[in-house]
Amino acid sequence: MADFLFQLLLTFDGTLRIATPLILCAMAGIFAERSGVIDISLEGKLLTGAFVAAAVAFISGSAWLGVAAAILASVTLSLIHGFACITHKGNQVVSGVAINILASGLTVVVGIALFQRGGQTPTLPRDVRFKPLEWIGVESVEAIPVLGAIYSQLISGHNVLVYIALLAVPLTGFILYRTRFGLRLRAVGEVPEAVDSAGISVTWLRYRALIVGGVFCGIAGAYLSVAQGGNFVRDMSAGKGYIALAAVIFGNWKPMMALIACLMFGFLEAATSRLQGVDLPLVGELPTQLMLALPYVLTVLLLAGFIGKPTPPAAIGEPYIK
Amino acid sequence: MSSPVPPLPRWADLFLLPLINLMAALFVCGLVVLLIGENPIEALGVMVKGAFVYPGGLGYTLYYTTNFIFTGLAVATAFHALLFNIGGEGQAYVAGLGAALAAFAVSAAPAIVAIPFAILGAALAGAIWGVIPGYLQAKRGSHIVITTIMFNFIAASIMVWLLAGPMLEPGQQSPQSVKLPEASYLPKLHDLLGLIGAKTTATPLNVSFLLALISLGVFWILIWRTRLGYAIRAVGHNPEAAHYAGINVARTIIIAMAIAGAFAGLLATNEIVGVSHRVILNYTAGYGFTGIAVALMGRNHPIGIFLAALLFGALYQGGAELDFEFKSITREMVLLIQGMIILFSGALAYMFNAPLSRLIARVSAPKEMARG
Repeated sequence: MADFLFQLLLTFDGTLRIATPLILCAMAGIFAERSGVIDISLEGKLLTGAFVAAAVAFISGSAWLGVAAAILASVTLSLIHGFACITHKGNQVVSGVAINILASGLTVVVGIALFQRGGQTPTLPRDVRFKPLEWIGVESVEAIPVLGAIYSQLISGHNVLVYIALLAVPLTGFILYRTRFGLRLRAVGEVPEAVDSAGISVTWLRYRALIVGGVFCGIAGAYLSVAQGGNFVRDMSAGKGYIALAAVIFGNWKPMMALIACLMFGFLEAATSRLQGVDLPLVGELPTQLMLALPYVLTVLLLAGFIGKPTPPAAIGEPYIK
Repeated sequence: MSSPVPPLPRWADLFLLPLINLMAALFVCGLVVLLIGENPIEALGVMVKGAFVYPGGLGYTLYYTTNFIFTGLAVATAFHALLFNIGGEGQAYVAGLGAALAAFAVSAAPAIVAIPFAILGAALAGAIWGVIPGYLQAKRGSHIVITTIMFNFIAASIMVWLLAGPMLEPGQQSPQSVKLPEASYLPKLHDLLGLIGAKTTATPLNVSFLLALISLGVFWILIWRTRLGYAIRAVGHNPEAAHYAGINVARTIIIAMAIAGAFAGLLATNEIVGVSHRVILNYTAGYGFTGIAVALMGRNHPIGIFLAALLFGALYQGGAELDFEFKSITREMVLLIQGMIILFSGALAYMFNAPLSRLIARVSAPKEMARG
């Protein structure tokens, strides 16, 4: 029993690690989509962020500079997305697809030109990565059964970006529901005409929403290559941006619900990798690869209205034309 | 306020604008090459030589072109019904399974039976993977973009599971299926040309290329010469109006997605029935996504799709040549070009529209005045 609890704890620990980039990207997605802009380019921003963070951290020797550069790169992609589909009223999905393909090409091309390692960046020295933070009193409470383990394993001992991701959720909620900017942002995703006739710029509001999203995706990218891993590997985002998008839909475009969706998807993946090759009673060995498709299957079922009813922002996907 | 933009003449809209968008995309990529410290003109030269001049270059170019015609048609068919099919990748991937299963189902049959069976198997599997998102869009209101993205990932998971498990060739380490029955192999074009005495370099180019050309014709007839095609275009222009005109909108969407999936599925004919003769992990290699660029550049018209597919075929083959000739630019450069092309000719399609039409209006205005 104690062993089972410990395994469960480790799985929750893994859940948090896997969910961190999902949470950040999902918050980015909420900002964009709540303002009425479909953001498929989460994936591309995440990938670019990961590359730029690793490259700049390696060259400068500072993990924080890596994060800053990743944010800058990711926001640049947000601006391109905005330029195409807000300023020029282009198709938002097409623009997102373009950015994703662009990112997968550019990261490898620049990576090879800079480091000649087939698209990877050199492994970062230990002191240029984000290290786990030990919380106060970990050693003294570790001996306490259950609670001590929860405190030392689950709550303490993550790197700073994990905590930033967790803080991003209430922050997003606060901005969306408690500030004037958030009120306008939600309005522009529902009835842009109303916002426009109140004399507020639809364009500038949507740009700001995308920029905030760019910041979150940049941090998420840095997490992949400078905190979770120690270098950039080609295509290292591996569809996480799309899972985050699924979490946004699953969370019905609400921050807390999206967080729960991210944790659920994270738990599925963490549990799957723990159960790999394990012979379970009754069901036998789990088909790991099939389990990894569950977030996508669940999202399809949800979108089709088989579990709950999604209510996307009313004006999503439509360029605003005066 | 700026003056109203005069409409673009047809020739400019069909040829000049796509060309300008292509040039803009290549220009930005050229800047990247320059920043890396290589000569973009030289790189372009290497790509052109690799794609058309070197022995076998053209064969490989047309072999890639075949893939892009199929995936381009998959996107274009859906586009005509105003559906954005991002699922070409998954549809083509699952089609590999369909082709293999069909070929094994008639493993004792001669080529005349085995080949059509394999082709139909590919098209059918692709159609199934396209029709489910179509159904969910038409009947349950799910956004087709999101559903097709999810279906790409679901397809990938299923195929990994199958290729690493039930379909894995015994004794194999890398996930790939057993070989297809030999009767299903498609003839290579260099072999066929050899039969009539023409000696050409051996390339993977096979009769799928002819199938792709036929598909372009079928697509044209379907969209512009049949009742169904009319329904598809009507739904694409205005679903409400189509509904009042007595068109069954939901049914049209479902059928359009089935056809789109079938076109994507034919990619498996080229790659699996034609060349590798077995299903390989990730064999679709992004061809499905390139189809989006092909359809956008080709303006969803068969001639445009052919030209755009040829362009991308040349880019893929020429891009492979970059690996050999340069130390610091590789074939991933092609992904960059592809992304830029989707950006300029898709998302920013009309950025050059207004300035261009003002320019044309200004140039042609004095003539008209003189005439008037």
